[in-house]
Amino acid sequence: MGITTRFTKLTLATIGAFALSSSIALADADDNELVIEGMKMTTMVEGAEDGPVDEVYSGWRFRSEETQALETDDFENPAFSAVDRGKELWTTVTGSEGKSCASCHDKAEDTMKGVRASMPKWDKATSKPITLEQQINRCRKDRLGAEKIKFDNADMLAMTSYIGLQSRGMPVNVDTSGPMSEWAEKGKKIYYTRVGQLDMSCANCHEDNYGKRIRADHLSQGQINGFPTYRLKWNGLGSVHRRFKGCMKNIRAKPYKVGGDEFVALELYVASRGQGLSVETPAVRN
Amino acid sequence: MAKSKPRVKVPKKAAKGDIITIKTLISHKMESGRRKDKKTGELIPRRIINHFKVEFNGAEVFSANLEPSVSANPYVQFKAKVTESGTFKFTWTDDDGSVYSTEKKIAVE
Amino acid sequence: MNVTRRQTFMLGAGAVAFATLGSQATIAFATEESDKLIAEFSGGKEATAGKIKLKAPEIAENGNTVPISFTVDSPMTADNHVASVMLLALGNPGPAVGTFNFTPMSGEASASTRIRLAKTQEVLAMAKMSDGSIFMDKKTIKVTIGGCGG
Repeated sequence: MGITTRFTKLTLATIGAFALSSSIALADADDNELVIEGMKMTTMVEGAEDGPVDEVYSGWRFRSEETQALETDDFENPAFSAVDRGKELWTTVTGSEGKSCASCHDKAEDTMKGVRASMPKWDKATSKPITLEQQINRCRKDRLGAEKIKFDNADMLAMTSYIGLQSRGMPVNVDTSGPMSEWAEKGKKIYYTRVGQLDMSCANCHEDNYGKRIRADHLSQGQINGFPTYRLKWNGLGSVHRRFKGCMKNIRAKPYKVGGDEFVALELYVASRGQGLSVETPAVRN
Repeated sequence: MAKSKPRVKVPKKAAKGDIITIKTLISHKMESGRRKDKKTGELIPRRIINHFKVEFNGAEVFSANLEPSVSANPYVQFKAKVTESGTFKFTWTDDDGSVYSTEKKIAVE
Repeated sequence: MNVTRRQTFMLGAGAVAFATLGSQATIAFATEESDKLIAEFSGGKEATAGKIKLKAPEIAENGNTVPISFTVDSPMTADNHVASVMLLALGNPGPAVGTFNFTPMSGEASASTRIRLAKTQEVLAMAKMSDGSIFMDKKTIKVTIGGCGG
């Protein structure tokens, strides 16, 4: 009797708390405009005719005003310590060949423009799509004679955020045609397949319920136009695959491998869902 | 261990008597001393930036004593009144005795 | 026993309520510590509401990085300026957040920073003037246990 009463009290308190939070917070994406360092970003595009949603929204539109403000200024944006490090690493010699990224790629501001906007790309060598992290590791191993590093290694995040920044403001533009279409389909299947103890798919939250709250989190469409993203929760930057992994853990599913075929396919598909949104890398989210 | 790197934003020039905004940040974990090591269950010892000092042409303008409730990568924004050209010196002190500093010049007419 | 998704969410949601209830022992400790810090800072002087304005979000999306700022109404002259401002997070296990020390060369006694809040609580800003007078402002910040994904 006692336990039931306490649970009921808690339940009522929770309902009360939820009622309170729904009245304060917006249920949908807000109308705010994102301008970063004077550059206007596209945070909403009309969905494709046969597309899954009517309007495609950047995750920025679902965050609180304070979190949104952090992304508008490159000093306020906590990711920029890593970007500075990336800029440093770009010209730092590493590995057995005595080279740095700059040895082949000159100035990142010129040569890396648009690169991140169209990742993952088709890779002839492996006959698979390749992510930015994998491309960096390929260069490290084959050109620099350096060790591969993990997707969420601090130096890797410094590189992906610095390189990603060179595409900021450009529209996400992944190619899902030709050999890529099979991988996009694979990713789409993963997106819509229920998994885990909670028996949920990506779509259950990010397509069916975006704009609503799950506990206290304001659900976005799960777009990845801002990755690598600085998450307040992580107190740092993280990769797309890290985020995917976390979502799968939340629904009590065994996550796919970071850098594995499933997550690469999923990354390609999810990127295509955000086609046309501005790259916001490095974005700030909760 | 990542080295703590300061970032500072100071306007390059100002008019005499202007009150300028200065933004500062230093990358630092700000280990509160309240977290437990997941593997051993032991408390991770505290290690934070505990003091931040700002001097202009040698004179102290502003300072802050920071505690573990300040977020990682401590961000501090404040104001300063400038009446002459000179150099701002920013100094951060770590619990472990390390001192990090950087300088920025400003032209005041 | 089949746990439905709804039940799981409700159980999880209960944690949100817990965040605001807290534990009695923690609150008592923080109050003692806060009282001590306030007494030390104010030299026992009575604090008046006003002059200092604390700006904080109503709801913090994540308790580990909450942006807050304050400004104090003061001419900032040699004879009449703000000496220091102390910030306390009254519900944190260690309520001390920081003390900001100003001089007439500050021009304006204001500052912004980012703080950690363990749960929904009041944040207190206390200003000590050059003549020893004490002013204060308080704000309640709701801290959510949100943020899916890793």
